[in-house]
Amino acid sequence: MEKNESGVDEKNRQQPFRGIGARINRNEDARFLDGKGEYLADLNIPGTQEVAFSRSPVAHGRILSIEIPEEFRSQVFLMSDLGNIKPVRAVLNHPDFRVSDFPAMATDVVRFVGEAIAMCVAPTRAEAEDVAQSIFVDFEELPVVVDTLESAGGRTEIIHEGWPNNTVFISKPGNGDIDAVAKKADVIISRELRMNRQCVVSLEGRGVLAYQDRRLQELVVYSSTQQPHIIRTILAKLIGVDEHKMRVVAPDIGGAFGVKNNLQQEEVAIAALAKIVDFPVRWIEDRREHLIASAQAREHHYSMKLYADKNGRILGLDAEVIVDAGAYSIWPWSCAMECNMVVGVLPGPYKMEAYRGKGITVLSNKPPLGPYRGVGRPGACFAMERLIDELAREVGREPHEIRIENMVEPDQMPFTTIAGKLYDSGNFPQSVRKCAEMINVESFRERQKLNAKNGIHIGLGWASYVEQTAHGTNEWLSRNLSEIFGYESATARFTPDGNLILEVAIHNHGQGLETTLAQVAATELGVDPTNVVIRYGDTAVSPYGLGTFASRSMVMAGGAVGKATEELAEKVKRIGAHILETTFDSVLLRDGMVVSGERSVPFSEICRVAYRHAQDLPPNEEPGLTATVAYQPESGTGAFSYATHAAEVLVDTNSGLVKIDDYVVVHDCGTIVNPMVVEGQIQGGLAQGIGNALYEESPYDSNGQPLASTFLDYLLPGFTEVPTARIEHIESPSPFTRYGVKGMGEGGAIGAPAAVVNAINDALKNTGVEINETPVSPRRILTAIQRAASTSDSNEGNNL
Amino acid sequence: MKPPPFDYVRPDSLQAAVGALADLEWGGRLIAGGQSLVPMLNLRLAPLVRLVDVSRLEELRCLEETSDAVLFGACIRHAEFEDSEVPDATNGLMQQVAAGIAYRAIRNRGTIGGSVSLADPSADWITPLIALGARFNIVGQEGKRVCQAADMFTGPYTTNVGDHEILVSIEVPKLSAEAQTGYYKIVRKAGEFAMAMCTAIRDKQHGLCNVVLGCANRKQILLPNSSTYLADVGEWSDQVRADFRASYRKDMQQANRMEDLYELKLCETAVLQTVESALVNS
Repeated sequence: MEKNESGVDEKNRQQPFRGIGARINRNEDARFLDGKGEYLADLNIPGTQEVAFSRSPVAHGRILSIEIPEEFRSQVFLMSDLGNIKPVRAVLNHPDFRVSDFPAMATDVVRFVGEAIAMCVAPTRAEAEDVAQSIFVDFEELPVVVDTLESAGGRTEIIHEGWPNNTVFISKPGNGDIDAVAKKADVIISRELRMNRQCVVSLEGRGVLAYQDRRLQELVVYSSTQQPHIIRTILAKLIGVDEHKMRVVAPDIGGAFGVKNNLQQEEVAIAALAKIVDFPVRWIEDRREHLIASAQAREHHYSMKLYADKNGRILGLDAEVIVDAGAYSIWPWSCAMECNMVVGVLPGPYKMEAYRGKGITVLSNKPPLGPYRGVGRPGACFAMERLIDELAREVGREPHEIRIENMVEPDQMPFTTIAGKLYDSGNFPQSVRKCAEMINVESFRERQKLNAKNGIHIGLGWASYVEQTAHGTNEWLSRNLSEIFGYESATARFTPDGNLILEVAIHNHGQGLETTLAQVAATELGVDPTNVVIRYGDTAVSPYGLGTFASRSMVMAGGAVGKATEELAEKVKRIGAHILETTFDSVLLRDGMVVSGERSVPFSEICRVAYRHAQDLPPNEEPGLTATVAYQPESGTGAFSYATHAAEVLVDTNSGLVKIDDYVVVHDCGTIVNPMVVEGQIQGGLAQGIGNALYEESPYDSNGQPLASTFLDYLLPGFTEVPTARIEHIESPSPFTRYGVKGMGEGGAIGAPAAVVNAINDALKNTGVEINETPVSPRRILTAIQRAASTSDSNEGNNL
Repeated sequence: MKPPPFDYVRPDSLQAAVGALADLEWGGRLIAGGQSLVPMLNLRLAPLVRLVDVSRLEELRCLEETSDAVLFGACIRHAEFEDSEVPDATNGLMQQVAAGIAYRAIRNRGTIGGSVSLADPSADWITPLIALGARFNIVGQEGKRVCQAADMFTGPYTTNVGDHEILVSIEVPKLSAEAQTGYYKIVRKAGEFAMAMCTAIRDKQHGLCNVVLGCANRKQILLPNSSTYLADVGEWSDQVRADFRASYRKDMQQANRMEDLYELKLCETAVLQTVESALVNS
């Protein structure tokens, strides 16, 4: 059989081809661009009362009393008013993991500013906030733990009673003899680095609406979540409802990026409230709540030693990473996921003889840490790639050359890394070579040599990384998670008029899956992908599945849709061949028809027979045209995408401002289903990576008060700050997945912090300044320059 | 993020508006464009009893041009300056300033008088109005009065306008055709509040020469040494730049503003960029 460019059998092509590999517009864009998406706040269910949470103003305190004005008592619900609701307990299945509980609302002790204490119910949000404002909570304030390193050092107050210290878990991946490597190394690059705490900031905040459906006798919970089925499972358990009497619906979602990929405390509280009141209740997160009370991200501290020979060949890596996970462990990931991910992937695309990783997760009186696009890897990539650039500088070579020489070679694939990950396929060095060509390194260096004018310096920074995606059963088991997310399911269903519906358990909130899943179906069935309906986000409309996160949906749900539609294709062909009075082998599917030579029969005719006139079916053929399948990739270890980013920046040492002049991405995500969607994902991730590199930070003062609780203080990159990246594709299909696709939703965010900060350091290399902390704000740049100037004899040129 | 309950009135005359403020001991607030006030209300940060909407008062939309000045009503919107819908008294300076305020959506609603009355230290209008020597017409129960630019801005978020008074209009003296102007601000991203900003004006014919510095969270200051130096300096050169740097440092020393090195550097950059653009571009 012929293969097309994507390596997919050319069996069911329609003209023009719109299946896997085609660059077609997104089906979902019409409604989104027309303002016709339906989000949680758009739901209009009669009688709905709005909820405002009363939240803790202190970072650590024991609740002594809660005074509620008598006139409002019936509108206020404390944890004790909700009946027997279990606290959330998110653990790793590992004997060393220290267990803590996270109640939906605080009962005795609050552990971060913003922690929920009470629900206030009123006809409007403003009135609900009035009620919330009237509540007086008396606290016995407890000492506050803010500094991550102090918390790790055990020199602070204990956050969870009964613990010996605030360390939750220590993970120690690695292999080889690091001491032997240290002895023979010519060069040691030793650095401390820091990626500060961030918020996630989806355009639409979180939100929950719940009510009792009297006809179906079920509790209906609408939530802006990435994983409705999983949420139903855990909610049912926590609030004491049988799962078959509960329906969870995730409507359109205005961005999620991981912050909607956890069980949310507010989901538990609102669902529990809906159980005991006889009207629908809704909470819509406002921006301040989003910035201070939703799960946050990053906050990594690195102590790294990279060992190499005098030519820049990497011998080994010794890394201690401390991640500040905030006050609680969130379900299902646990608070240790971030740090464990970091130390698991630090070696990146490089070969080395020895790696010693130590990942320490500690708690503090800040919001809990959750997944955010990239999970751990933006920090890991930042730390590792900073060291690679410094290694290149130390041995006097170009950073991209060092990368090429140290990378796993294509003929070594599949390759088991020093940290135990199995890389399935790819040509890592090629991504660097292509990137270097696109940048034209030599000409850049010529321009850079021309002396910096008026304090403006240009720099070139690199970042290469490996992006594990579509983690399967084995990977989740190795991470000791309580839930195992190794598969996805789908139902493919023809309607009696010959049209196709796909019912999937993943969610689509920017990934283009209403288009790309249709393209998979188009490939298998030869149908028009613009005419395929994709239903998702509702436990009532699809088989059980695990949701959209961890760059898994195209691989997992794409595989499931492929398998289900392949099954349907067989049956359609059998029925078609029977109608055409020919053999199965002589028919093919094209443009919504079963075709045999000059003759054809449309799917509408096939479906008429399958659903309405069974007498015309082939002998022994069952009526109906529906297939429900589950799919898991062949290896449960994940499909590894990778990329190299290169950023060219301009640093103004007068103002500390950074401008990104050029940005190049060469990536490989295996078989590409829709290049336009892939490029959009890269560009979107890049915007968040640039935020991470230059703007976004959620600092806390020594009392644990958040210093960035509005967009005045929490800066996000906007349209003018994010350049349009020049993107090139490499396609190395994964041997482990259907069609060879790999996930790729996070890469843009993974590479950008490293590439941008490396570029800034390259620009400042002659000023004696090195910056190893994100975001690289004007204050950090100017302060570093001022410090360098004050410690050097000559501060000429700095003018500070 | 919804406001607590409050009264809302929209008086049909300036006098009625003054009255609506006067019969409250405290908690009366004017609203015009609402671009700063409404978010503050939503955050429940601004204590409020009564909102007095002055956005439609004719007196506050007035526009009078004479041979030596233009009188701008307080409720003229930033976008009207940006789009040249009002007379230009300043060789394009006010248009340049307006066009750089936040985002267009904010400029469509936000007003010059609202911005001046709130006196956010990062607000764009303040340094140019001080540098221009604008006069502020204020009305209260005791009647009208005029406040000079030098007395108008008393600190971050505080002005000469009393709690029961209304800023009605701003009179901006016209610059001569030969006047040179510069305005520069340092922002981390387009549309954000400035970290530092500066306006420089040299109008030899009118004997006006001012360099005014603004800095996030600080009161705006007129830089006397830099202003004096600007008055007679020749063409822009490296030497002129160095001299301005020295005069700026002297100004900051005199203002007791040397302790924060980061701020010192940012403000220096803003000042040098501003005087350079005044001397080179205009």
